[in-house]
Amino acid sequence: MDLINIKNLFFKYQKTEVLENVNLTIKDDDFLAIIGPNGGGKSTLLKLILGLLPLQSGTIEKNIENNQVGYVPQNTNLNIDFPITALEVVLMGHISSKKRLFGYSKDEISCAIESLNQVGMKDFANKKIGDLSGGQRQRVFIARALCSNPKIMLLDEPTASIDVQGQQEIYELLRELNKSICIVVVSHDLSILLNYAKNVAHINRSLVYHSLAEVQKNVTLADDHLCEVELLSALGKTQICCNHVH
Amino acid sequence: MFEILQYSFIQNALIAGILISIAAGIIGTLVVVNKITFLTGGIAHSAYGGIGIAIFLGIPVLFGATVFAVLTAIIIAIITLKNRSRIDAIIGMMWASGMAIGIIFVDLTPGYNVDLMSYLFGSIIAVSSEDIIYMTLLDIFIISIVVYFYKEILSVSYDSEFASLRGINVKFFYTLILILSALCVVAAIKAVGLILVIALLTIPTYLAETFATKLSSMMIISSILATMFTISGLVVSYFYDISSGASIIMVAVVALGVVKLIKYKK
Repeated sequence: MDLINIKNLFFKYQKTEVLENVNLTIKDDDFLAIIGPNGGGKSTLLKLILGLLPLQSGTIEKNIENNQVGYVPQNTNLNIDFPITALEVVLMGHISSKKRLFGYSKDEISCAIESLNQVGMKDFANKKIGDLSGGQRQRVFIARALCSNPKIMLLDEPTASIDVQGQQEIYELLRELNKSICIVVVSHDLSILLNYAKNVAHINRSLVYHSLAEVQKNVTLADDHLCEVELLSALGKTQICCNHVH
Repeated sequence: MFEILQYSFIQNALIAGILISIAAGIIGTLVVVNKITFLTGGIAHSAYGGIGIAIFLGIPVLFGATVFAVLTAIIIAIITLKNRSRIDAIIGMMWASGMAIGIIFVDLTPGYNVDLMSYLFGSIIAVSSEDIIYMTLLDIFIISIVVYFYKEILSVSYDSEFASLRGINVKFFYTLILILSALCVVAAIKAVGLILVIALLTIPTYLAETFATKLSSMMIISSILATMFTISGLVVSYFYDISSGASIIMVAVVALGVVKLIKYKK
């Protein structure tokens, strides 16, 4: 099933064109990697899908409710001094239900703890968010997105400023989650990402879409050596051709 | 030393100090975590415009300052929500123009020789029973709002983008936090004055941040610390005959220095 259908999308900040005629379909079992240079429009596309930025031209058709879209923002390292526990961060993820006079309901708390359990962070529920490591904090933010039972989860640079070990763990977790929900990751960590993603969208103003099975076939043709730089530039072109010799 | 408690002006000063400390602990926490200390400073100084107008019109000063400060808070909220990157210039303008309005209106008031210093630096010894009633009502108002909207205020303060995705009206709560700060600042003017109020909002909170894991516990710890500083500052000011506002702040500064030194040695 198609969850999201983007057609002829254009977007500018003041006079700078950021997205140009973007077309993209996201299926319900997809693990989509969105890659591309800085300022290429990756985060802008994500924010348009979420509705954090207003549509200027083109359409984004969603076959799901807005609150079934989970979101893990970039820069989870901001606001580290804030006095808030991991559990409270996850509790933010609940869809605003009936107003209570004070505090959180038992259901909300047990659901939040279940989300933390799912990402392996249950034991850290009452820790201050700033005392966790970057990777642990990222898991908490994934748990917050899980709290609303999303059909699709959008993650903006989830492994920026996390060590390699932590990055791998995050992607393992996403692969696990991908069994039941659609995952869309904006990222720079190309080499790791390509082991997990099913499809790749390269954005540099315009979008080029690749099914990863096809990319890997072409890459292995070259020789045993995988050149990340070359791969990145290849993904930016519509045609993939890898016969560079080192 | 307990014989000083017989004087009713000392009793009033102590009660006012505690009431203001409670408000300063709660609001100071919101101000510090939202990083709007200087926005609040701007509101505090522009409140002087309200004081001047109130003196000119012959209406209660606290009332004039409240109305003016709340209006300033709303204007600042509207402007900063539209253009966040110009915050510092806007604060500077509001800050100075509010004070200018106040001074002009005091000048225009015939035969009135206002003690400007008592508003700038506070005179908690001169707190009246009406002031105490006003402060009590204000505390009740602030506590009820913060308790009722705790979840929303927490979400907006921690991650406003995510809060808006969850259907929380971020602009409303941002404005609400600024209005609450304006009310708190006006109440604190009597005790520590509008120049020193920023220290009462930030020092206890900054200290509490090192101990608190939750926003609510940070508010409670800040209120307790602010109360301790206010009472010891009052005692110091009585025995050494120095300004109450300044001695309250200096007690807080010394406590901050000691705690930071102990932490640093560890």
